[in-house]
Amino acid sequence: MNNSVLNIIARFIVLVFLQVAIFDNIHFLGFITPYPYILFILLYPLNVNRNLLLLLSFLLGITLDIFNNSGGVHTTACITLAFMRKSLLKMSFGYSYEYHMFKIPEKFSSELLTYYVSGVLIHHTILITLELLDFKHFVEMSLRILGSSIFTILLFFLLTGWTKSIKR
Amino acid sequence: MQQIIFFISRNSTKLLFLLLLLVSLFLTVQTHSFHRSKALHSANFVSGTIYERTNNLKEYLSLKEENEVLAEENARLKQILYNSEIIVDYNFAVNPAVRFAEDYKLLHTKIIRNSYHRKDNYLTIRGGDALGVQKDMGVINSKGIVGIVENVSKNYATVQSILNKHTKISAKVRSTNHFGTITWDGKNTGFVQLIDIPKLAKLHRGDSIVTGGISTIFPENIPIGTVDEVFESQNSNFYTISVRLFNDMTSIGSVYLIENINIREIDQLEEETMENVR
Repeated sequence: MNNSVLNIIARFIVLVFLQVAIFDNIHFLGFITPYPYILFILLYPLNVNRNLLLLLSFLLGITLDIFNNSGGVHTTACITLAFMRKSLLKMSFGYSYEYHMFKIPEKFSSELLTYYVSGVLIHHTILITLELLDFKHFVEMSLRILGSSIFTILLFFLLTGWTKSIKR
Repeated sequence: MQQIIFFISRNSTKLLFLLLLLVSLFLTVQTHSFHRSKALHSANFVSGTIYERTNNLKEYLSLKEENEVLAEENARLKQILYNSEIIVDYNFAVNPAVRFAEDYKLLHTKIIRNSYHRKDNYLTIRGGDALGVQKDMGVINSKGIVGIVENVSKNYATVQSILNKHTKISAKVRSTNHFGTITWDGKNTGFVQLIDIPKLAKLHRGDSIVTGGISTIFPENIPIGTVDEVFESQNSNFYTISVRLFNDMTSIGSVYLIENINIREIDQLEEETMENVR
């Protein structure tokens, strides 16, 4: 129990640090920035209180907003993702989630990919739409959502693969 | 009563979500309106420290160029100095015949976090209250104008970049003295827009645009950029001018903060005048 709490705190700090120190400085092709910090919400343990997850996501979002001077855009995107996580899990993993899943499988599978893609799309769409808040930039908006999502998902697999190789 | 409690406990996640959503949407809307000084900002101990550390690493990559820019500026300033009659002595004593107005004070600091890819860009700089940094100080570098100080903490401050949708800085065309306002449309980091210049003004490509001296933030004649393109609209008497910035906002390091010593007095005077009118 204690161990897993420490694990969650460490994950929070490491992901926020990587985001503000490295990933926020990447502007691939001038406008594509990855946001892999939401891995914290997606990989949060399954068997815990949803209210706690919501509060932690709020904290995560507001931390990012303070670093980026961006008001509440990260916060809104994060809590929406946290709120919808249960439906996403049900949608992607179906039967196995409802009956006997205790943790999200780390092995690559089409179910895991569906889960990542839908989660990332929800988060990035809200984040980038709210940040621009102007449908004059519609093309730019869609390109950014699409580009950033692909980049983020690639980083998900890199980061999870990397942590696995450390454990061994 | 029991039913209300039952309802709340059953839907606690939904209710909590709605509450948090309200808070975060409020914060979002607040950034998109003009007065956002009370919003959350990165001029605090934690983000300041992290940005300063990472900036220390990044700085090494651009030290050489930074040095060259500063040396160039030094050479230019020395040229002015030696060709004027201000200095009379080998140890830089000032000619007593020259009277200086002491309206502006300059501080030197550096940007520890740059931002230019968004529509509302805020920079974080080292130096806060402890160094005498105040809200509404002008920020410039050797090539031109950079932004205006927005929030100040003990050791750090945030700067509203000239590349920000909310930016409004008074400017003029140097050759004709027509006044206008600098804004940014959020598209290209190399260009800002100068609006409210009357169609009477004769403009040429390459005319320089400088600060206007109407505002209390910047002194007159700080360079901003040059006229690149002039857009005319049928239903207004004003031009919209695309201005090519002198500064490359994607790579700035050292900056100066300008303090107008008389700003309190001017503000107070203006406030009193407004009260008298009412």
